[in-house]
Amino acid sequence: MTTAVTTLPVLHPARSLARMDMTLALRAGSVAGIVAVYAAAVGILKVFGQREVIVDHLTLGHVFLFSLAGACGAYVWTRSKASIRLRVINVVIAGIASGFFLVALIALMANVNLRWMFTALSSDLLRSLIYDRGAVGGSVLFLGAGALGAICGALLIGLPQTPRRCLVWGLSAVLIAGVFQELIQIALRFGWPITSLRTFLYVWRGLTLQGAMIAFATAFCVCWALDLGRRHLRRRRGPADIDVAIPRLRSQLASAVLLLCILVVFPLVAGSYIGQVMMLVSLFVLMGMGLNIEVGLAGLLDLGFVAFFAVGAYTMALLTADSEFALAHYTSLPSLTFWMALPLAVLAATGIGILFGLPVLGVRGDYLAVATLGLGEIVRVLVISDAAKPVLGGAQGILQVPKPTIGGIELVDPMHLFYLTLVFVLVAALIAWRLEGSRLGRAWTAIRDDEDVAQALGINLVQCKLLAYGLGAAFAGLAGAIFAAMLTSVYPHSFSLLVSINVLALLIVGGLGSLPGVIVGALLLIGLPEVLREFNEYRFLFYGVLLIVVMQWRPEGLWPSPQRKREVRTPRLG
Amino acid sequence: MTATNALPERPQRRVRGRVSFTTVISWMLRITIVVTLLASAVSSVLKDRYSIDQWFDLVAFGITIGSVYALIALGYTMVYGVLRLINFAHGEIVMAGSFAGFFVAASLDSTGALNRYPILGFAAMLAIALLVSGGIAVLTERFAYRPFRHAPRLAPLICAIGVSFLLQQSFRGFFGTGLRSYPDPDWLMPPVSIFGFDVPAVQVLVVSSAIVVMVGLYLIVHKTRMGTAMRAVSEDVDVATLMGINVDRVVTFTFALGGAVGGIAGVFYGLVFKQVHFFMGFTPGIKAFGAAVLGGIGNVPGAMIGGIFLGICESVAPALLLDGFGIPAPHQMRDLVAFSLLIAVLIFRPYGIFGERLARRRG
Repeated sequence: MTTAVTTLPVLHPARSLARMDMTLALRAGSVAGIVAVYAAAVGILKVFGQREVIVDHLTLGHVFLFSLAGACGAYVWTRSKASIRLRVINVVIAGIASGFFLVALIALMANVNLRWMFTALSSDLLRSLIYDRGAVGGSVLFLGAGALGAICGALLIGLPQTPRRCLVWGLSAVLIAGVFQELIQIALRFGWPITSLRTFLYVWRGLTLQGAMIAFATAFCVCWALDLGRRHLRRRRGPADIDVAIPRLRSQLASAVLLLCILVVFPLVAGSYIGQVMMLVSLFVLMGMGLNIEVGLAGLLDLGFVAFFAVGAYTMALLTADSEFALAHYTSLPSLTFWMALPLAVLAATGIGILFGLPVLGVRGDYLAVATLGLGEIVRVLVISDAAKPVLGGAQGILQVPKPTIGGIELVDPMHLFYLTLVFVLVAALIAWRLEGSRLGRAWTAIRDDEDVAQALGINLVQCKLLAYGLGAAFAGLAGAIFAAMLTSVYPHSFSLLVSINVLALLIVGGLGSLPGVIVGALLLIGLPEVLREFNEYRFLFYGVLLIVVMQWRPEGLWPSPQRKREVRTPRLG
Repeated sequence: MTATNALPERPQRRVRGRVSFTTVISWMLRITIVVTLLASAVSSVLKDRYSIDQWFDLVAFGITIGSVYALIALGYTMVYGVLRLINFAHGEIVMAGSFAGFFVAASLDSTGALNRYPILGFAAMLAIALLVSGGIAVLTERFAYRPFRHAPRLAPLICAIGVSFLLQQSFRGFFGTGLRSYPDPDWLMPPVSIFGFDVPAVQVLVVSSAIVVMVGLYLIVHKTRMGTAMRAVSEDVDVATLMGINVDRVVTFTFALGGAVGGIAGVFYGLVFKQVHFFMGFTPGIKAFGAAVLGGIGNVPGAMIGGIFLGICESVAPALLLDGFGIPAPHQMRDLVAFSLLIAVLIFRPYGIFGERLARRRG
């Protein structure tokens, strides 16, 4: 800065502060408002509006808009430095500003036909949000709700810790009880005492107002009691007694075991649809662990990962299917069972993985991502093409792949298949876990951090990278083989680039290089959209947002490995 | 913006006489590829299935689509030169331009203005597409890429993938999942005769306007102050900062310029293929990245030549190479050719066709 600083303008401090706060409030409100308009235009608001939290009273759309206003109120409250009175005014202004954008949208929609351009902007979208109150009443409702939401957000952030935490628990309980009502209702179908609980809380369409109050009160009280208990314990033990390292490790282990227990028991309680969803989740966990070897450990960003999955699936189909494309149909090979074909499928995927690895060995960093993306697309184009149709069945795919059998019993129920996959996941997790700390695992980490230094230390780059590709591909091939048996058919359209992006996204969200992170990521990114079916359409939108948000604010992921957390959180020297 | 220091993937020179495993593999690959290509080309020519007219059509289409790729590749190459970042979302920015052009054309078409004032209508399409795409590119840079300016390389790349999906799915949500077909104005109907061959008017229009845009861009990059600043930043960010160049402004300008050219490319792509769709940006985006690498990434004229080369290859190769093997429906393999070329370039010549010569001349 070379400009002269001799003539600093003299400002009245209080007034300038107030003005600054005003712009802060307006800006926060506009951001929230623009997000709301975006959600309306993209169609998310409509979908949210169809999911009822409390029957006839509150939809997820209301919750979304209200919490948007709340967030901007809380932001203004914490950032603002003015007197309390001014802060309250600012919060209200921010809330009204956030509501104003939707009002403007209503006005625009009333006068201009936007439907030919924006397919989501239909007139019934907003009608459901404003409880059929017409344009003027709706506008007042939006502005008022915006102000109210902002005040609530500011109040929440301004409360002391204990009541705030209890309130958040209570509200979350209502939200969960309302949004996941189908699942919970299915889970509550057993026996007399539980069934009567269900009729108490729910009608068949969802949570009742009475049920919501009960859920809120229960969660609130539980949280309060826990807090009291914790405080009591701390007072008795004294603050010095808190050992950091060992309990944390133990608690991590405990939560990992808990996660596993949920994986095992949850489908039993929640019915066979959930079994199917969990089956898909565990397939993606398998793939995630494979990609984790490539990206998380060895640092080789692979966007063609789906190719290995496809190879596993097609190998399984070609070897076992009862169709004209099966190898047994036109060669002298016998038709294999699931168990005989499984190792072959894994082997084939490993081979393809190494083949993929060979040419791109010398390609580094971001070029590698594009090269693997290209390879994956080549595989897809080849599979769909007419040229490969006589062998792979073209776009119609291969049908009639048999389900696996154990001791003569065919595993048809998705629940059984889920437990079968779970066993594979456990074995694979054990392998992945042992690999991480092994000599090879450490060599991979060294390559990831600095290829040249790793080579100088005597690590065989070619061997290590090929092993990373091969092992990663083996996991994906296993997942693919099970996938083929699960669907009893193989279509090329199941193997689009989106699967690779899916796996990558769940890795990033869970935490690169972390095995529990893979499970968390898969539950969130695969399980959740399957359970909330209407969001399925927008899942890749959410993935995109998640990737950006996670990379910016929590680059180590939701459940990071300790090492990665250290790396990300400590500033680099030099 | 030349290719001198944009070459992180350049292999080190090896000690002569020591042959490593990778070199053996890569040479074996090269020889196999060349031999197969030659064999199939010869057998295809011997078969004589295509007339001279058909060959001319293929080449003309190749040049058309190639000039679109060239325009897209310019966005990649400029951004990579300045930030060393593959802007994965660039394909989506092209798609946004295509949509913008489509909506302008459709609204003009519904009043009949598109047929009455062809030049004005076409200019309006380009102008709006340019503004929309440039704006989106600048916003993307500001909110998604700037926080990662100094982060390790994987982070911005993953964020770029996220941006790409966010844009793509937003457009899907905004404008629906269906195909929308570009209006077909009357003045694009009659074919134009060149050297006695009939060429569709769209192709002539696209190629000639693409050439104008490319010349304009070349002049901006090489003759203006901002262009000089851009080249300086792509040579060395630190030194450019010391020389008093505002790097943030240069980066913003680069994204705006690349996005604007991408938007124009989007309109052309829509005009050639007659439809818009939310997923349309992805494949040309990846292909154009290949074109940018082919021309030496960071090299503006290189990207133009690379794009046109890729277009011709993609258009001619299925007929020339794959037909020779008797592969059914070779036109399905267009993407295959383009992606194979992309991978081959990334593996064998990551510094581009001209990269090395330029580097040597400067060194």
